[in-house]
Amino acid sequence: MKLADIIRHTEANLVVGSDLDQHDLKKAFSSDLMSDVLTLDTENILLITGLTNPQLIRTAEIADIEVVLLARNKKASAEMIELAREVGVVLLETPYSIYRASGILYKNGLEPVY
Amino acid sequence: MKLEFDIASGDFSQAGQASSRIKKVLKQLQVDPKVIKRIVVAVYEAEVNVVAHSLGGQIIAEFSNEYVEITVQDCGPGIADIGQAMTEGYSTASKKVRDMGFGAGMGLPNIKRNTDELSIESTVGKGTCLKFKNNLNG
Repeated sequence: MKLADIIRHTEANLVVGSDLDQHDLKKAFSSDLMSDVLTLDTENILLITGLTNPQLIRTAEIADIEVVLLARNKKASAEMIELAREVGVVLLETPYSIYRASGILYKNGLEPVY
Repeated sequence: MKLEFDIASGDFSQAGQASSRIKKVLKQLQVDPKVIKRIVVAVYEAEVNVVAHSLGGQIIAEFSNEYVEITVQDCGPGIADIGQAMTEGYSTASKKVRDMGFGAGMGLPNIKRNTDELSIESTVGKGTCLKFKNNLNG
């Protein structure tokens, strides 16, 4: 799923990232547990989360996660934005809950990791 | 090539910087991305452990043509029962650490899963030394 479609389906705001055609994601994972994210063998996925701290971005970098969607109107801090720019992680914010965003994206073809 | 990083206790704003730097070096060495991911996930788990649980420590990464060897040494407090610490789900993490999305008792098991060779030695009151080695050619 293209980044533009993820943004459209979840009414998301693009906080960090520019090229909407660059990312074509096949799978997504929803979690607030970074320990769990670090056990994934799948790369280049969308991470949907309610967690907002710089360690989220660092974890995405380490786990080869291209795009992070912050759910339920959670706002990225200046520190998160700076780090996401530095390490090349795309950062989105949606007003939808994790459940709603996950459900809509699943219904539209974005597959689960498990 | 050898890289050394000092890791401060409790400083989550810096946690992951050593892992990030090691990832960049492995990319420059054109190591397979799946091999890089295993190595840096293990380093990152260890780095977060030093920040979250120890009094501070050091990470040393030594690169050869075939292997990367990582040594993570901290200044205490040490692990009383390493077998228990290696059990998935066992954790002594604080609420602060859990609120950051860590401390689920998955760190050491995940390090073991992502490394080719792993050894842990710990003395209560002195510190813990974790060493692991991964083949760069998969």
